[in-house]
Amino acid sequence: MSALDGIRISGLTLDLRGQRILDGVDLVAPAGQVTGLAGESGSGKTVTGMTVLGLPPAGSVVTGSIEYGGTDLLTLSARQHNALRGDQLAMVFQDPTASLHPMISVGGQLTDHIRHHLHLNRAQARARALEVLEQVRVPEPAQALRKYPHEFSGGQLQRIAIGIAIACRPSVLVADEPTTALDVTVQAGVMRLLRDLCDDLGLAVLLITHDLAVMSAMADTIVVMRHGRVVEHGPRYDVIRSPQHPYTRDLVEALPEHRPGPTRTGGQS
Amino acid sequence: MAGELVFDDVTVRYGRPGRPTVTAVDRVSFTVRPGEVVGLVGESGCGKSTLAKLACGLVPAAGGRVSFDGTPVTPHGLRRRAPRLLRLQMVFQNPYASLNPRRRVAAQLEDARAIHPGTAAPVAELLAGVGLDPALGTRYPHQFSGGQRQRIAIARAMATGPDLLIGDEPIASLDASLQAQVATLMRDVALASDTSLLFISHDLSVVRLIADRVVVMQAGRVVEEGPTEQVWTAPQATYTQRLLAAIPHADGLGVIPDVAPA
Amino acid sequence: MTTVSTTIGPRTRRRVPESLRSPLTVVGVVVAAVWLLVVVLGPLLQPADPLAQSPDRLAPVSAAHWFGTDSLGRDVLSRVIAGARISIPLSLLLVALSASVGSLLGAVAGLLGGVVDEVVMRIADLVLAFPTIILAMVIAAALGPSLTNAVIAMLVVTWPQYARVTRSLVLGARDREFVVAGRLLGIGWFTSLRRDVVPNVVGPVFALTTLDFGNAVLLLSGLSFLGLGTVPPTPEWGLMVSDGVQNFTAWWVAAFPGLAICSIVLAFNFIGDALRDALDPRMQKAVGSRAL
Repeated sequence: MSALDGIRISGLTLDLRGQRILDGVDLVAPAGQVTGLAGESGSGKTVTGMTVLGLPPAGSVVTGSIEYGGTDLLTLSARQHNALRGDQLAMVFQDPTASLHPMISVGGQLTDHIRHHLHLNRAQARARALEVLEQVRVPEPAQALRKYPHEFSGGQLQRIAIGIAIACRPSVLVADEPTTALDVTVQAGVMRLLRDLCDDLGLAVLLITHDLAVMSAMADTIVVMRHGRVVEHGPRYDVIRSPQHPYTRDLVEALPEHRPGPTRTGGQS
Repeated sequence: MAGELVFDDVTVRYGRPGRPTVTAVDRVSFTVRPGEVVGLVGESGCGKSTLAKLACGLVPAAGGRVSFDGTPVTPHGLRRRAPRLLRLQMVFQNPYASLNPRRRVAAQLEDARAIHPGTAAPVAELLAGVGLDPALGTRYPHQFSGGQRQRIAIARAMATGPDLLIGDEPIASLDASLQAQVATLMRDVALASDTSLLFISHDLSVVRLIADRVVVMQAGRVVEEGPTEQVWTAPQATYTQRLLAAIPHADGLGVIPDVAPA
Repeated sequence: MTTVSTTIGPRTRRRVPESLRSPLTVVGVVVAAVWLLVVVLGPLLQPADPLAQSPDRLAPVSAAHWFGTDSLGRDVLSRVIAGARISIPLSLLLVALSASVGSLLGAVAGLLGGVVDEVVMRIADLVLAFPTIILAMVIAAALGPSLTNAVIAMLVVTWPQYARVTRSLVLGARDREFVVAGRLLGIGWFTSLRRDVVPNVVGPVFALTTLDFGNAVLLLSGLSFLGLGTVPPTPEWGLMVSDGVQNFTAWWVAAFPGLAICSIVLAFNFIGDALRDALDPRMQKAVGSRAL
């Protein structure tokens, strides 16, 4: 399986302090597709994403395999996994105000990252940074390089975070609730950006979210997790329109648009 | 019937020395009628949470008036809240911060009941009313999940027998699968006690589920107001149209909403 | 309507936090316990009268005098034990007073805000602007060398740190939703303070007092060393070190009181560190990384 083929997780099990957090997770996240990982809090979806990145909770015991580019990521040393992270394995988190350094300029954060992984000189790094900001559709990229995170809106900041993620041309992008903290009008733009990047750059995107509507808009396949196990997986349309597993059915039915509207029991005064 | 909240041309400003003043609420007027469920929607910074704080007497109004069942609402500072205003209660967004971590749940519900001793339902009934096992009252907040804590917060607010309940983004911190459930619970619990409900949320889909009327805010102003279905199917204001167009639908079709940047 | 179950239910039991079980903490607790035992049993443990002089001056460590004798022939071991009965209770008293006064002022400042806040904080700033020992020296010197005056001087220089910490904790707690919720339920500010704010503030302040105890011992010894605290012939550790410095070759005169100071300061530092670690994560802990 070449580096362009994405990620294959087999039998991933994670135990933390005697508790089984992941219980034999199997999933495939192919390149050029958005694979959605859905489930409630505590289902293990975030832990799965973090384990792919080599950041499982401290003290956890992990077994199974995560195949990427012909290597099992779980066999790598911390150092080796570090080298991959940020370079070939990228991530975007929920809150861009927390994932970006408040006291370093945006340009600084981008170029630091680029120079560390790609060993470019300052001018080359700056050029790449500008390129990246254009790619993520941040207005006035040249000025943006000099600004600090607090000078941007939430949506623009998340775009910048995505920019940092793709700066080193990764093959895999783990996005953990990338739009949950954003206003709905801004969310649409970021969803569009992530989808376009996936299509244009051939990224294997692992989209982790509890929001099935976002999942329905962006994902090609959906994997539903519960209590550390995969309970259902399949193409987006099938999983949402004709869910096989009762849990998935419950999740879909819990959505507001699938429920009846307000009914009046008493009279209105 | 009681539970009428009137915002009359209110303005709220925040300012600190050395910083420019921010007008969080700009000449807003609307009414929550007794027994009604009103959804107040808008994105971050539109002023909806500020209105909630205003109604509870936590911030002062720079202009206009707020009144609850005829009693004017003014900031109470360190003084106790006026007894007539105690009939207005609130459920907060953050389920982890809205309960005292060092007191048992039953004790916190008792505090709420103490406002109207003799008329309030017993703690066991309050917990059952929000779908929780009454035996759990002896536990501490950290032993519950976020969704359960919100239910406890709702029970606590309802324990006082309020005439108006305000929910300030009460479902925003919950999993999507729980949001509709908790919102519906709030509506049912409120209506069962003839309590009006002002439900503040940025989530239009959920508001559509439970509100009779919707008020849409943008940048401190009300841009649209009307019966829920009407606003949903025939929005008048451009902003409302954008807001509705931006909502992704769980229909399995892979359609990303197409919203031009503002 | 089917209920989508929430995955994390109530926890069953709270385990002793990891930090309280570290070896350093255990060492600290043991040493502190030993010293407290010494304080309680004091006179029963002293082999000789701490004040009794003898012609056997500056005698080195021997079977008769486990810690040797000082420049006036007094048994150092007995003096170290006696010194514990002065330094430790006094330091505990100081910390208790300082924490009470400081916390009260800080809480009032945080709660009332405005002018009261400004006045209290600016006085605190004033005191904190000076190096602790120097200011304490000045005050002790002005009041005259005695144990009482030393404690007063130490009280003046140590209350501001508690005021600062308590004020910021109260400010943080005051705007927490559950405190606001309590006010919305109509409780008065005093009940609010007692029930909602104080229990969430006491923990960190207590951890601070444990860490501060070591400082108090050092401060008291320091003042005595400089001649501004206890007066001879009281067997106070700082005074004993001062005595030993003048007789450097008789290393045991300064070393043992010095070790005593060192051991108890370290012991309380370890305990204080562990307490602080144990209290912090629990107070900020959320059940899982995101709300359910």
